[in-house]
Amino acid sequence: MNKVMVCMKRVVDYNVRVRVKPDQTGVVTEGVKMSINPFDEIALEEALRLREHGKASEVFAVSIGSADCQQQLRTGLAMGADRAILIETDQDIESLAAAQVLLKLIETESPDLVLLGKQAIDNDCNQTAQMLAALWDRPQATFASEIEITDNSLRITREVDAGLEVIDVDLPAVVSTDLRLNEPRYVKLPDIMKAKKKPIEVIAIDELGVDTTPMFTVSDYATPTVRSKGQMVDDVAGLVGALKDKGFSL
Amino acid sequence: MSSVLIVAEHDGATLNPCTSKTVSCAQSLNADSIDVVVFGDAVDAIAAEAATLNGITRVLTCDRSENSNPLAAIIAPQLAALAKDNSYNYVFGPSTTFGKDLMPRVAALLGTGQISDIMEVVDAQTFKRPIYAGNAIITITAAPDRIIVATVRVASYRAVADDGSASIEATTTSAQLPAHTRYVELKSETGDRPDLQLANVVVSGGRGVGSKENFELLYNLADGIGAGVGASRAAVDAGYVPNDMQVGQTGKIISPDLYIAFGISGAIQHLTGIKDAGTIVAVNKDLDAPIFEVADIGLVGDLFEVIPELGKQLGN
Repeated sequence: MNKVMVCMKRVVDYNVRVRVKPDQTGVVTEGVKMSINPFDEIALEEALRLREHGKASEVFAVSIGSADCQQQLRTGLAMGADRAILIETDQDIESLAAAQVLLKLIETESPDLVLLGKQAIDNDCNQTAQMLAALWDRPQATFASEIEITDNSLRITREVDAGLEVIDVDLPAVVSTDLRLNEPRYVKLPDIMKAKKKPIEVIAIDELGVDTTPMFTVSDYATPTVRSKGQMVDDVAGLVGALKDKGFSL
Repeated sequence: MSSVLIVAEHDGATLNPCTSKTVSCAQSLNADSIDVVVFGDAVDAIAAEAATLNGITRVLTCDRSENSNPLAAIIAPQLAALAKDNSYNYVFGPSTTFGKDLMPRVAALLGTGQISDIMEVVDAQTFKRPIYAGNAIITITAAPDRIIVATVRVASYRAVADDGSASIEATTTSAQLPAHTRYVELKSETGDRPDLQLANVVVSGGRGVGSKENFELLYNLADGIGAGVGASRAAVDAGYVPNDMQVGQTGKIISPDLYIAFGISGAIQHLTGIKDAGTIVAVNKDLDAPIFEVADIGLVGDLFEVIPELGKQLGN
């Protein structure tokens, strides 16, 4: 296939313990490490492998967000993407608007495959891939753990509650990636230097003519009720006794 | 008048109980009617089961050969057409891989956004849902005069009673079905053990279990007490167990009465999958393992000694 488009979101790093602000208007993001959404990193890795195996000729990365997203796009370029596009906005973009924006890019870029993470680890919505596929009127293969290319279609193994589901989808298609699809490569210093020369095209979101007015308002961010630490027992007999005390008869 | 349409999840033979929990969530909307739609091929038995869900108005069936497997690309246009043509105010599905795959496609076809993982209904437009792996709970309000498409975090709800007798009506839609997506097969290694999302007791293992072979210890214990078996992401990544056993942010969110974790350190992503469990038991050789901070009963010990002894003392 010709082009693979990879969508990447800038999110609070996986290892950061996220905390709600005291005034409950959001979560603390100041001074917090930001990264590529891990599922999107897997999507990029898969696209790069397709190109390296001669199955795709070009890989480009797309992000929607503030100018700071250029940092994550640079990381994507250092991993090996050929070029990057930032759809710049300071507004928080909901999934449907993101899908509409990505569709605009698809109309100009005509990719054969769109790869993105199954969910962003900030809002955990798990929506954009499915919405994009619907708007594009093309197949979706969500939660992919294996991608096999045959002539004009893909055979995708999907991680579902009942096990592994296998489906065939015609190209072009949207595929959302799950954790076990691959293990993303580490970026090496020379690649970072090389990536500085690769182009990042910046497009103001308003130029795309998509209505990004939010459909939802968030009125409160709360810290979840935490479970408290219970009792420690010394041995199995103590454990069995404690279970009995709680009314379990196993 | 407000009306809710719920998509039933099933495996072609029986109704998945997450459907009942989705109905339970929909009941707190105080809507005038709740309909459940079953897409499938020969769905009479499933429809009859759905008709017993307490509090629903009608069961609709969309019986056609194309619906024999749960492909979002095939079901979404039908569900969207049904919702639109009958002016439903809400379309709900379970937040399982079935619902997560399907519902955003439906929302986009209806030109609206989606609320994922509803854990509480505040009012007709306002809901609570978790973000950041459950580290924050947001209160989110949908704009008025727009259909609300959502998935329900089923672990937050109890099943409704099954003594109802709703009417069953066959229906068809005008939706055009695509040929670009084709079902091949489902590979499932799960045997006769209780479904993780339904089991009252779940025994779970992490990296500390050490190997695929060692998981037999957990299976034996589970079979002796009629428990389901889960695992942490580390155990799945290491290849000890298949993906469908993963519990956590990106795996299954479960709410058993009793959860017994062996050799699981308790990463936040794992804990978010078990926060609704009734009682959490943790067995780990590391006293500093974070799972002890949330465990109701903790035991510092070697799981290879604890599991056989526990099985023995429980009389198995």
